[in-house]
Amino acid sequence: MKARVLIRPKEGILDPQGKAVERALPALGFEGIEHVHVGRMVELEAEDPERLGELCEKLLANPLIEDYEIQTL
Amino acid sequence: MIWGVVQFPGSCDERDALHACEVASGEARLIWHEERELGGVDAVVIPGGFSYGDYLRAGAIARFSPAMEAVAGFAAAGGPVLGICNGFQVLCEAGLLPGALLRNEELRFICRQVELVDAGGGRLSIPAKHGEGRYHAPEDALDRLEANGQVAYRYATDQNFNGSARDIAGVSNEAGNVLGLMPHPEHAVDPLTGSTDGLRVFEAVAAAGARA
Repeated sequence: MKARVLIRPKEGILDPQGKAVERALPALGFEGIEHVHVGRMVELEAEDPERLGELCEKLLANPLIEDYEIQTL
Repeated sequence: MIWGVVQFPGSCDERDALHACEVASGEARLIWHEERELGGVDAVVIPGGFSYGDYLRAGAIARFSPAMEAVAGFAAAGGPVLGICNGFQVLCEAGLLPGALLRNEELRFICRQVELVDAGGGRLSIPAKHGEGRYHAPEDALDRLEANGQVAYRYATDQNFNGSARDIAGVSNEAGNVLGLMPHPEHAVDPLTGSTDGLRVFEAVAAAGARA
């Protein structure tokens, strides 16, 4: 099964990448865009999608600083 | 005393770490990341660099190497372990130290001499060079670290250049035998390079080993 894992910084943790993108936008003429957060996306094919949660907890995300979301496709 | 310095693909400070161990006390040898045994060393250093290219997150892949399994067993038995920079990140990812290291507040890789204060109030001047050194742990975990005396090194006033929580530069585990810090004591062991304060970090680790 194909799946996609979205990993993003946990709410409340300073995300300097998101801030840097946000700060760059007005200079390019994009107004009114806020709360930008930058994360990662991992695409994979899994024989046993049941174990994807464990995979995320152990490797793909660091649960102390990141939230993840598994989308099966 | 025999030190072992773990080398991953992408490590880059292992030679300086070997030299620092030798200057601090006794002899030192490299341990390749595929080794399952540590070869009877008395203390272990996880050096700086970019293990496995820092892919995914700094330290995330290195923690699964055979050598790190051996290090986890060694640490659980009370053996002294020192993680420097990427080595600190590896120890946090492996759960041997609390917390995590995030991208520097200003996003830039910063290389500079930095002033630290140890748990006893002593000052050290040693270099730091990293892009992901912003120490983070939940507030209640930070409270516990402070209450337990696990904050081993803090950036001195106005020296916290990466935005670390509570100016934390280095922490130890609850037992006190595993220590990690972002700045590089192994680069400050010879007056030629401006400071020998880094030796005190290696001596502290050796002393933790002597107590175990």
